[in-house]
Amino acid sequence: MSAAEERPYTPTEMMIVASARQLAGERICFVGVGPPNIACNLAKRTVSPDLELVYEAGVFGSVPARLPLSIGDPTLVTGSLQVTSMFELFAYYLQAGRIDVGFLGASQIDRFGNINTTTIGEYAHPTVRLPGSGGACEIAINARKVFVIMPQSKRSFVERIDFVTSPGHLTGKRPAAWGAGPSAVITGLGVYGFDDETGEMELASLHPGVTLGDVREATGWEMRVAGDVRETPPPSDEELRLMREELGPGGASTR
Amino acid sequence: MTTSKVTSMHDAVADLVRDGDTMAIEGFTHLICFAAGHEIIRQGRRDLTLCRMTPDVIYDQMIGAGVASKLVFSWLGNPGVGSLHAIRRRLERADPEPLEIEEYSHFGMVCRYVAGASRLPFFPLRSYFESDLPKANPRIVRMESPYDGEPVYAVPPLNPDVTIVHAQRADASGNAQIWGLLGCQKEAAFAASRVIVVCEELVGEAVVRRDPNRTAIPGIVVDAVVVEPRACHPSYAQGYYDRDNTFYRDWDAVARDPSVLEAWLGEWVYGLASHAEYVEKLGAERWASLAAGEAWSDPVNYGEYA
Repeated sequence: MSAAEERPYTPTEMMIVASARQLAGERICFVGVGPPNIACNLAKRTVSPDLELVYEAGVFGSVPARLPLSIGDPTLVTGSLQVTSMFELFAYYLQAGRIDVGFLGASQIDRFGNINTTTIGEYAHPTVRLPGSGGACEIAINARKVFVIMPQSKRSFVERIDFVTSPGHLTGKRPAAWGAGPSAVITGLGVYGFDDETGEMELASLHPGVTLGDVREATGWEMRVAGDVRETPPPSDEELRLMREELGPGGASTR
Repeated sequence: MTTSKVTSMHDAVADLVRDGDTMAIEGFTHLICFAAGHEIIRQGRRDLTLCRMTPDVIYDQMIGAGVASKLVFSWLGNPGVGSLHAIRRRLERADPEPLEIEEYSHFGMVCRYVAGASRLPFFPLRSYFESDLPKANPRIVRMESPYDGEPVYAVPPLNPDVTIVHAQRADASGNAQIWGLLGCQKEAAFAASRVIVVCEELVGEAVVRRDPNRTAIPGIVVDAVVVEPRACHPSYAQGYYDRDNTFYRDWDAVARDPSVLEAWLGEWVYGLASHAEYVEKLGAERWASLAAGEAWSDPVNYGEYA
């Protein structure tokens, strides 16, 4: 990865830019805390100006004037299209199928896109107690599709996750009443899709300077590779400027 | 003619919050009444079951101070920062003692309050399928629609003994108006046996009546009204003061070390008699940095139909 470190951007910046680009053509996006928050706000300023940002705190059509540190920041409200109770947000928007993309983070993920954000180790006696579901479990089930953004290593891309917080493609077909499940996973190394038949994760593109060996080194199973694996276009000057100047300092860290 | 329910934070907590209570201090990031949490710590309540969707720093403080034996929640973190270390110590190492938990997802918690407020025996939702959450919490139960057999999950009602919510303004009988994020304060208040409303400003009933769409909680469910400006710091009140992100970031280091946490509680909770002293101790410069600025809505005409 020494080659990547010499580039004028960090792996996390590449991850956020690649995530933002996935939102091209999408309309209504349920925004999660952390990197998804930066990616969605970047997308609204670049590939998807008409993107409606939905925050689980109960805001539809948010136009945050600063990057919100938390997903309940007052800047989400001022100028938004609607403030709802959380019941209305989860029931009428999410559960009713009105969310095109749910953007989730994860501590662990498996090859079928099942996500753990609950505990490392046994639930009753955790080695590390993570935050838990929040809205992730119902987002994973009810959003029309799901994007996952997370750092990649052998500790996070694992054969068996310690706790299934939010279901992915399971090992079979998802019920018709559900959304389509995870369709993209974006990490500091590359972008992954899922095989239509088996529901298994598959490398779609490698970020500049990253090799297949790097991916294998950071995956706890034998990663499938798409036949036409590409190189992710590097961040443009404008994407970097927006992320660093408008969404970076003073907001959430991009490190 | 209604009688005034206005009282002090000290008396409201003394009268309405009891050892062993199941309690909710709700407010999703917005309008979290930290001043009530501090008063509960000062008065030494014990064995509480604390319910909140997001325990937030307020429950890290309260649990760090030893007021609770159980936590009911759906997202356990310091929003935008990371972990709640006082709570994690108790869950990962039973330090200084174990903490019982009952865990849901956000929608599950919301539906519990809705069932509680509606006095229903359960509420159905489309979540939890193929998740390990129902294994971790057997109160999340799979069932089928009696109409078409569609599988859903049920969650039980949540009826707190006492709920505390904060509002921008309320009248003396507890009619409380909220704008900005609404969270599930209305549901948590209607679900509870006893309710304390804390407000930034006490207003006349006529102010409420001129804008009834903004009333989140009616006085009929409210037992006490406490006028406590800036009671939500480091959380915020839309239009009154901003979220103190610096405090949330700094809390990480405080809560990591039990002795630092104890010193913080000594300086900012036990060492102060009231929230007014906390506001003053925080200082004018800090408050100036949290000024909300102005963005007014346009007036609407409700019409006169005499």
